[in-house]
Amino acid sequence: MIRLLNLELQKLLLNRTSKILIFISFILPFLVILLSSIKFNVFGLFTLELGELGVFNFPVIWHLTTFFASQFKFFFAIVVVSMIGNEYSNKTIKQNLIDGLSKKEFILSKFYAIVFFSLVSTIIIGFISLCIGLYYSSYNEFNIIIRETSFLVAYFVKLVGFFSLCLFFGMLAKRSAFALAFIFILFIMEWIGFGLITWKFNADIAEKIQNFFPLKSMYKLIDQPLQRIAMSKFPEKEQLLYDYGVHTYEILIVLVWTMLFILLSYRLLKKRDL
Amino acid sequence: MCKTFSLNKKDAAAIPNAFFKNQPLIVTNQSHYRRIRNELKKTIYLEPILTINNLTKQFGTLTAVNNLSFTINKGNIYGILGPNGSGKSTTLGIVLNVVNKTSGDFKWFDGHTTTHHALKKVGAIIERPNFYPYMTATQNLKLVCKIKGVNTNKIDETLETVGLLDRKNSRFSSYSLGMKQRLAIASALLNDPEILILDEPTNGLDPQGIHQIREIIKQIAEKGTTILLASHLLDEVEKVCTHVVVLRKGVKLYSGRVDEMISSHGFFELKCNNQDALIKMLENHKSFSKIKTKDGLITAFLNERMDSGTFNQFLFENGIILTHLVQRKESLEEQFLQLTDKL
Repeated sequence: MIRLLNLELQKLLLNRTSKILIFISFILPFLVILLSSIKFNVFGLFTLELGELGVFNFPVIWHLTTFFASQFKFFFAIVVVSMIGNEYSNKTIKQNLIDGLSKKEFILSKFYAIVFFSLVSTIIIGFISLCIGLYYSSYNEFNIIIRETSFLVAYFVKLVGFFSLCLFFGMLAKRSAFALAFIFILFIMEWIGFGLITWKFNADIAEKIQNFFPLKSMYKLIDQPLQRIAMSKFPEKEQLLYDYGVHTYEILIVLVWTMLFILLSYRLLKKRDL
Repeated sequence: MCKTFSLNKKDAAAIPNAFFKNQPLIVTNQSHYRRIRNELKKTIYLEPILTINNLTKQFGTLTAVNNLSFTINKGNIYGILGPNGSGKSTTLGIVLNVVNKTSGDFKWFDGHTTTHHALKKVGAIIERPNFYPYMTATQNLKLVCKIKGVNTNKIDETLETVGLLDRKNSRFSSYSLGMKQRLAIASALLNDPEILILDEPTNGLDPQGIHQIREIIKQIAEKGTTILLASHLLDEVEKVCTHVVVLRKGVKLYSGRVDEMISSHGFFELKCNNQDALIKMLENHKSFSKIKTKDGLITAFLNERMDSGTFNQFLFENGIILTHLVQRKESLEEQFLQLTDKL
């Protein structure tokens, strides 16, 4: 396993483009979060300090940071897609197999790299959230701090799931640009599916079914936190109530998709003549 | 009377001499005899490296490889010959795990290892050299070492062999085609391969490049490495190979030793002043199958062994005096064309 991960890391880290993209996808979100925690002075008109709004309180901070950080996953998605695309365009995938890598090992080395980077990202965001939280939070009891750390698990699963999907589309399309287009098409297809079911039945059923779709199920892991913050500000408004928790079944759906994408990628490679 | 009972290195070396050059081999007692017999088995036993059985590959309706069978034994140099599109690369692709077979099977070594494990003991280059353009030669070779699971200490040595040591820290994308091809050979040598597979190694190279690659191949062959060379360049195969497999449209036409490719005994090229008498005599002679005349040069094909001296004497005794006598065998090119035109 270490050997396969090692292989993939060498391929990625010696490539300048992917190095920059990896850097962006990891550093940028944390930079944004760090900056947002600093007191802003907007043209001397008023000062904006997000910390004052209570968004950096435990346990809300876990929800907020993981949600915003996951918006930056698209940069690493480009890396994932291009690491397949490059193997095809340089024909190095063929050379790798001839040199004695099995097709299974090839897919696994990509998957391990995905898990590795997702893990690193999760650890960094966990650490930064903890630091900011300890600095700003009004509640510092241990029990409150560790409450809702399930968002970190959700963040990790979400990244692994999404990148596995990218891996599959990369294998399917062989070219980075097409693979990214496929992801966009899938996004549209999911909404068309949602629209169709709403039209045939109703929005409630449609949403329940949509929650099983790959992209939506990943999104659903960490629901947007703004409504929750609004909810905490106006507890009397009933229409703001929604279920923002991380549920086991949500994680399970994404894990099933992840497994499916990896297996399909393997099947695809196995059947293909290079 | 010999008093040494152990089989030392000298003894072991004496065996092939005794066997092939008819030199005496002294056996002292029963156990010595047994040791020698075992050593002898090792020397002459044909160790298969690759066995292909009824291999077939179809791309849609096109049959690229059709029911192909052959065996590659250790220590020989094999050539796969065939015109473009005859299924050479497809066959290699199948045994190298990048193309899926339609039917039939193949096994590496004794057949107990999986293909990808076996490939770690194989060095192969196919068509174009494929490396990561953004990595340097050393970095690329390190990656290959990681895949094959071998130590990285041979990198400089193999780069030296192919003459790229002074460019080892240049990016692969800055290399010329000849250098890329040489790097590919270096990468194939990293694991001290049991067999080196080369698919059109000189394709697209300039004369210097072709020469360099051939010299490297010769060096490797001299070390006793088994080589499988796919090519459509006949003189290339003729110069280096001992055995040959001839393919045409995915069908095997011949496999065996290069010099036995055509069961012919060669031919005589003759000139004499009394041409008509000579032709008449040749036509009545049972040893000749076919007589051709072109520009005053008579070519007479043998259907059994005959040396030029006997032949000359025979003609002389029958009153024909030759002005020109050459005994030749068909070149590989003529043999190859003869074979591939048969169908």
